[in-house]
Amino acid sequence: MKNNRRSFIKLAGIAAAGLAIAPKAMAAAMGGSAPIKEDPKGITAKQWAMVIDTTRLNTAQGIEKLAKVCHSVHNVPFIEGKQEVKWLWPDIYEHSFTEQENPYLADAVKKRQYALLCNHCQNPPCVRVCPTKATYKRPDGIVDMDYHRCIGCRYCMAGCPYGSRSFNWGEPRDHLDLAALNKEYPTRMRGVVEKCNFCVERLAVGKLPACVEASNGAIHFGDLNDPNSEVRAVLRERFTIRRKPSAGTEPSVYYII
Amino acid sequence: MLEIALKGSKRYYGWIAFLLVLIAIGSMAWLDQIVNGLKITGMGRDVSWGFYISQFTYLVGLAASGVMIVLPNYFHNYKPNKHMVIFGEFMAIAACIMCLLFIVVDIGQPTRMLNVILHATPNSILFWDMIVLNGYLGLNLLVGWVCLQADRARLPHPKWLKPFIYTSIIWAFSIHTVTAFLYQGLPGRHYWLTAILAARFLASAFCSGPAILLLVMMATEKFTTFKMPRKAVTTLVKIIMYAMCVNMFFFGLEVFTAFYSNMPGHMHPLVYLFAGYHGHTELVGLMWTFIALAAVSITLLVTPKLRNNLKLLPWTLGILVIATWIDKGLGLLIGGFNPTPFHTITPYWPTAKELLVSMMVYAIGALVVTILFKIATGVKEELGQSQAMACGCSTEDECDCTHGCVCTEECTCKEA
Amino acid sequence: MKMHYGAPIIVGLVIFVGALCAPFVVGMAVTKTYKQPELKMPANEKECVESKEFMREKHMQLLNDWRDWALRDGKRIYTNHAGKEFTISLQNTCMKCHISKADFCDKCHTDAGVSPYCWDCHIQPEGLK
Repeated sequence: MKNNRRSFIKLAGIAAAGLAIAPKAMAAAMGGSAPIKEDPKGITAKQWAMVIDTTRLNTAQGIEKLAKVCHSVHNVPFIEGKQEVKWLWPDIYEHSFTEQENPYLADAVKKRQYALLCNHCQNPPCVRVCPTKATYKRPDGIVDMDYHRCIGCRYCMAGCPYGSRSFNWGEPRDHLDLAALNKEYPTRMRGVVEKCNFCVERLAVGKLPACVEASNGAIHFGDLNDPNSEVRAVLRERFTIRRKPSAGTEPSVYYII
Repeated sequence: MLEIALKGSKRYYGWIAFLLVLIAIGSMAWLDQIVNGLKITGMGRDVSWGFYISQFTYLVGLAASGVMIVLPNYFHNYKPNKHMVIFGEFMAIAACIMCLLFIVVDIGQPTRMLNVILHATPNSILFWDMIVLNGYLGLNLLVGWVCLQADRARLPHPKWLKPFIYTSIIWAFSIHTVTAFLYQGLPGRHYWLTAILAARFLASAFCSGPAILLLVMMATEKFTTFKMPRKAVTTLVKIIMYAMCVNMFFFGLEVFTAFYSNMPGHMHPLVYLFAGYHGHTELVGLMWTFIALAAVSITLLVTPKLRNNLKLLPWTLGILVIATWIDKGLGLLIGGFNPTPFHTITPYWPTAKELLVSMMVYAIGALVVTILFKIATGVKEELGQSQAMACGCSTEDECDCTHGCVCTEECTCKEA
Repeated sequence: MKMHYGAPIIVGLVIFVGALCAPFVVGMAVTKTYKQPELKMPANEKECVESKEFMREKHMQLLNDWRDWALRDGKRIYTNHAGKEFTISLQNTCMKCHISKADFCDKCHTDAGVSPYCWDCHIQPEGLK
């Protein structure tokens, strides 16, 4: 009796182990090394970065226009109130650049609105805290998300010092114009976090991010690691600041003041 | 041993039925949340964790607190705690279960929960929290059950269990440290970004946890023949007193650091909580209630006469529990998210549905405690250990009740 | 040796074994009358990303790999066993040939009793209502 039970448990154990190994064996059978490559049309970088010229892009209206483009390209739901979802939005100086306040700020700077979005940090706290690698840093510096894997714990939202992340508290499709969706891009589902992705899907086919394209040159975009890139040229010439430098996150979004 | 939990009075079954009704009502709200999403809660983009996670945090403290009975027993051979140990361990089991449930109800995609294991990410503190909480649950189940079973068979505790017991004592500290690390490693949340947060969590756990345990034990005494040894109670109350003093001392350190340094980021959450900020004063009353109740409980605890007054003790402990709950179960979380990354204030208050779901989790915890304590007190009764005597003392107290006397404060029979 | 509670135990066992076998019995009956679903195949494309057999058995593993390759590695061109290249995209590659979720995906998924959550996010070619 005792032996029987023991051998049964053993057998059950082997069966369970087999189940765990099977998918991997299948993957190996599929060819081992992945038969994939980058799209030759795509544009690549070591660290994508954005420089926003706030002398040119500084009205709520102007930024809302870009946000509208962004949100319609990515099927971002429109929800009013504290459970809103947004990838790109305008806000005032003292909300945008906390800890860099100045009571006697130049009128022009004070009056401006600033375009806020995910900073695609070089040291992203959201990536550090995510328990499933649902948010990760790509080789090109973009902090992207795999919505399939997100469990909705919202640790990344607590971790982000810039308030760049939104959670789908309810069903996002209830807040989308289903007839006007971008059918080339998915929506999200309830219970996952989302944010700006620097338009990875557009870069992959050689297009610049939607907001950059729509900004009439007020947003520069390029490789921070390439000294000859457009962003490096602009950064050499103009005075720029970043949001919350003290957080040590090294944001990749710069603001020309 | 489970059969002990099946044999009970009408009152016992009535209480279980009552808890099941609460669980059923709460699960309706939870179903609603599963169908409609977390939009039924009061959380939002700015305060993205709410009542669930704050209850989780508070209950990790309760889980860790059992060690304040277990540690003196095993590390200091303090034997008056001998018959209390099992209750500390069983309370930890219930607390761990509630913690895990509060995480489950909080996440947006509970069906993908196992991604935390499938895509294990050791750089995430949440991964470690999953490890330590489940580990602590397992350790307490193992140690508690094996010890009680050995007791029941009148056998010594098996030797192989020793390493597990010692591990569980160290492990208790780890669970609350890791839970504090969840918070204190985030660069943008100044109220949490403090090296002393783990120490604060432990101090607050070691006063509030044993206080809850003592309150539950006092209720248990009312319905069973079990009676806590007086020495165990007075020792535990002393531990509670020191832990509460340390807890408030640590809080004072936070206040000093924030205001003497005059660092805006460190001051603002405290200003919001205790004075209001940008015209938002939602929590001011509650936070001062916390300070007032903390002061009252410390006064009652440090005065020997009041501390040893067993009639007053439940009130003292109750006040302490409320004070620490406001601090850690509410203020800590809301103060961490406010001011927001934009230096604005987004008030948060749980919705009725959120509270119903929380009620469900608490009722499940109460059910687990009821069943486990029923078993533990049943075994103690079989063995005649730590039983109530006519005079009001425990059989473990050094009291020779042949005089038909009544012992109120101390065992007075010997002199009588 | 006398068996205690013999009758109820045996009755219980019979019920238990019966309940355990019931799905197989019902399954056999259903299998006899079951017809393979008729899928609507693309009109002007004969070759899928991989062979028909491979796609039938392993399309889910392929999609799983495609997702990680495209999202995490940023590599969005897949070369199949015949050397032909495809853009990795469910919405923009797969569903450009299979122009109806209802006439293709759902046919087998419904019969197999599975409901993959692809379409909670991805937009089916028919559009959303």
